[in-house]
Amino acid sequence: MNNRFLNLLAEAQAERSHVMVDGGMGSMLMAAGLVFGDPPDQWNILPDKQAKVRAVYRGYLDAGSQIILTNSFGGTPFRLKMHNLDGKTFDINKAAAELARLEAGERVVAGSMGPSGELFEPMGKLTYAHAVAGFARQAEGLAAGGVDVFWVETMSDLDEVRAAVEGARQAAPNIPVVTTMTFETRGFTMMGVSPAQAITELAKLNVAAIGANCGNGPDELEATIFAMHRELPEMTVVAKGNAGMPQMVDGKAVYNATPDVMGGFARRFRAFGATIIGACCGSTPDHIRLMAHQLGAFPALDPASLQLSVPLPERKVLSSDRRERRAQR
Amino acid sequence: MDFSELPDDELWLQMQDDLYDGMKPEVTQETKEALRRGYKPTDVLEKGLVAGMDIVGVDFRDGVLFVPEVLMAANAMKSGMEILRPLLTETGAPRVGTVVIGTVKGDIHDIGKNLVGMMLEGAGFEVINLGVNCDADKFIEAIKTHKPDIIGMSALLTTTMPYMKVITQALIDERLREDIYVMAGGAPVSENFAMSIGADAYGRDAATSVEIAKAHMVVVNKQAALDKARLAI
Repeated sequence: MNNRFLNLLAEAQAERSHVMVDGGMGSMLMAAGLVFGDPPDQWNILPDKQAKVRAVYRGYLDAGSQIILTNSFGGTPFRLKMHNLDGKTFDINKAAAELARLEAGERVVAGSMGPSGELFEPMGKLTYAHAVAGFARQAEGLAAGGVDVFWVETMSDLDEVRAAVEGARQAAPNIPVVTTMTFETRGFTMMGVSPAQAITELAKLNVAAIGANCGNGPDELEATIFAMHRELPEMTVVAKGNAGMPQMVDGKAVYNATPDVMGGFARRFRAFGATIIGACCGSTPDHIRLMAHQLGAFPALDPASLQLSVPLPERKVLSSDRRERRAQR
Repeated sequence: MDFSELPDDELWLQMQDDLYDGMKPEVTQETKEALRRGYKPTDVLEKGLVAGMDIVGVDFRDGVLFVPEVLMAANAMKSGMEILRPLLTETGAPRVGTVVIGTVKGDIHDIGKNLVGMMLEGAGFEVINLGVNCDADKFIEAIKTHKPDIIGMSALLTTTMPYMKVITQALIDERLREDIYVMAGGAPVSENFAMSIGADAYGRDAATSVEIAKAHMVVVNKQAALDKARLAI
C-alpha cells in the first residue's frame, strides 16, 4: 500500500538515514497568544486562529521537518469535555489534519493523540472499552482530515496506549500508528514503565515506530533511547524530547535547552539508536533547524565513543525485610 | 483472614504491610481488630495507617513504588480511615492542619494532586480537594470558606503551569497571601519555577509535599503558642 509515512520511513532505512519530525505545538501557540488554560485544539475551528495554527506547521516544515504533528494533542473527548467541546471532537480533529495538509502538501501529516488524563480501573474510573471508544472518535476525525499516520504520544500507562492503538485501528485500520511514552520519573513513566518494557510491550501491537517524547530534557532522553534501542534493535525508535525544563521569565515559560544545545544532542540521539528525531515542549523551528543541520552536515557519531549524559534508569527493589515477610505469607 | 491470634506488635506490622500492598479488605479488618483490642482511634491511625503510609511515601520518593501502587495503598488507607474518621471526630482528636488543593485552570490532570491529597489525609490533615480546572476565584472562595493553613496548586501542562502566577497574584490582591502557605507541584514544575511564581514551597513529590506541610504546621503551631504566651503575659 502507498502510505506517505511508510514510504518516508522505508527511504530513510534504505539510506541508513534519519527522519526529521517537528517540535512543540502548545508552547508555540502560547507564544502566538493562546491564553493559559484555553484549549489549543479549539483554535483549529476558530476562523480567526486557524492562520496561527498553520503558521506553526509552516514554521516547522520550513525548518526541515519531514513530518508534522497535528494540533490535536488534547483532542480526545475526555479532555475536550472540560471545555464543553466534546461534542465537537470529530470537527476539531478533522480541522487539525486539514490545516496541516494545506501546509504539508505531499509531506507527512501525523495525527497527534495525547493521553485522556484519566486513570484506568481499579485506580480510577476509566474503563478500557470507554477509552477505546474515545480514542476512536478522535481518530475518525483525524482520518477524515487526511492524516498519514496516527501519533499516540506522551503516554504513561501501557493499557492506555493499547486502548489508543485499538481506537485508531477501529477508525482506520490501514493507517499506521506510532506510539511514544514519557519517561519523566527517574527514567520511568509516571506509572512505572521502563523504556525496555515499553518497547517490548508496544512492539506486540505491530506499530510502525516506538519512542519517547516530552520528559525532562535531552540528557535523560538519550538514556531512554539507548535503553529502548538496546532492547529491540530492529524497531524504529522516535526521539522527541522537551527543550529542557521550563522556567518562568516575565510570566512566560522559558525552556533552558537552546537550539544550539538541542542541535548538539540530535547526533547523540541518532547515535544511541533513534531514527525519527524531533523535539517537544519549549522547542521552536530554530531548534528543529539546528538539529536538522547537525544531523545533515556532520558524519554519524560512533556510539562506542560516547558516554551517556546520565546513568541508565534502574529498578529499585523492595527492602529485604519486606521481601522476607512477603515470602513468609 | 483471622488476625485475632496475632500479637499486637505483629498486628501493626501486618497492617502496614497490607496497606503497602494495597490490600483493602485486610486493612479494613485489621483496623477493626485493633479497635476491638481497645486501642484508641488515634493509636490505630498512628501505629497502623499513618506508619504504613509513611513507608509508602518514602518508597515512592525513592523510586521503589510508582503511582499505581501508591494509589492502591491510598485506597486501602481510605478503607481504614472510613472506620476511624467518625470515632476521631467523636473523641476530638487534635487537628493537624487544613489544606486546599486543586489543579489549575485549563488542566485536567489530577493523578498526582489526588495522591498528595490522600497522603496528606494519611498524615492527619483535613484536605479540601477542589478538583481540576480551578481558576483563581475558586481558590479564593475556598480559602474564605475553609480558612486553610496551606494551599496546593498543581499542573501537568507547560501551557497551564503559568496560571499558578495568576493565583498567587490574586491572593496578594485579595490580601490573603500573608496568611496562606502556598505550595506548587506537578511534573513540569521545578523549585525555580515555584519560587518565580511566588510560592512558598515546591512539592517535588507526594511524600516531600507531606513533609513540607508538616514542617510548616510545626512553625504555625509554635507561632500560635508564642502568641498565646504573649497574651497571657
